[in-house]
Amino acid sequence: MRALALIVRRDLALSFAGGGAMMPLIFFLLVATLFPFAVGPDAALLGRVGGGALWMAALLAALLPVDRLIEPDARAGILDQYVVRGISDEAVAGAKILAHWLGFGPPLMLAALPAAALLKLDGATVMRLEAGLALGTPGLAALAVATSALTAGLRGAGALAGLVMLPLAVPLLIFGAGGLGVQGHGALKLLAASSLLLLAGAPFAAGAALRAGRD
Amino acid sequence: MRSPAGLSFEAISCLRGNRLLFEDLSFALGPGAALMIRGPNGAGKSSLLRIAGGLLAPAAGRVVRSGDMAFTSEAAALDERLPLADALHFWARIDGRGRNDVDRGLEAMGLGPLDQVPVRMLSTGQRRRAALARVIAGKAAIWLLDEPANGLDTASLDRLAAAMTAHRAEGGIVLAASHQPLGLDDPQELAL
Repeated sequence: MRALALIVRRDLALSFAGGGAMMPLIFFLLVATLFPFAVGPDAALLGRVGGGALWMAALLAALLPVDRLIEPDARAGILDQYVVRGISDEAVAGAKILAHWLGFGPPLMLAALPAAALLKLDGATVMRLEAGLALGTPGLAALAVATSALTAGLRGAGALAGLVMLPLAVPLLIFGAGGLGVQGHGALKLLAASSLLLLAGAPFAAGAALRAGRD
Repeated sequence: MRSPAGLSFEAISCLRGNRLLFEDLSFALGPGAALMIRGPNGAGKSSLLRIAGGLLAPAAGRVVRSGDMAFTSEAAALDERLPLADALHFWARIDGRGRNDVDRGLEAMGLGPLDQVPVRMLSTGQRRRAALARVIAGKAAIWLLDEPANGLDTASLDRLAAAMTAHRAEGGIVLAASHQPLGLDDPQELAL
């Protein structure tokens, strides 16, 4: 357990120190800024489609750091050192998911506030968006780490990661955006369920990918 | 007191791609033992070490270990942006060691004056010494050293030899793959 806590701390420190943790946020806010330019400054229209646009932005923002979650540690031999110390690949993946979520989920929820203001979302929708992000970002983080483990060391890993990750993120997007409606409680429950499923499966998928990648 | 260190290969075979690198390889190392693995490039020296470390599954056979392991290879596995002492301290804490152990490792490899230098500024040989300092600081029972002498100058080679001697005197095991003599006292040898 102590080793896993240290891994979480290291990964979190690394994501903030490199400035990498800011990239998805800046991207997210940039989309929120650009979206009104693309569809026009009609407040009613923006309020209606803005929430969905923010979910799209969140999904793409989650994709940005995928090439940095596993590959640098694999190349530097750090993952090998974990293995030699008897820390299982699944546990390492779990720690990396937690660290990635901590560096990604809460900051994204904060950034969603100014973004929602830019898109003229009303208060109730913002609350539902925040609830959805709280439920959905852990699933996105799990998916990002699993994808990162699968594509680590491949040429063109960045593009491939998008092809692997985005289809798997469709349930999160559907239920997340569905949860924005007035009667979105059912969708939020399904969002939580999809997120849990990803969280439960991702450490094992990522662990298997890391083991396979060592050969 | 920890149980005596032990590392044994029981009829291990190693298959990489479609090539059989070695088969039916057995040996047993007890406390204080050292085994030098020799062989031309591509003979499977690194694969043997990776099998010993649990990084690679053997095609057949079984590895029996008693005691914790430390491993060094080409990759230093240290955070580039951190000062050397902090990068080593991360691993020391995972191994349940402290700052004083890091200092001991740095001292043993002659890196004391560089402890605040970021890892990315270190030269190849200094990185190699830093990785060895990590091994020393970790106080693991079994040392797996893949080409530990690469890039080391004469003085560092002597330091490495001294560190390995001290490790064996405390009942540790050294399993090393190297082209050049490492200054081990009376090691067992294995040619692949």
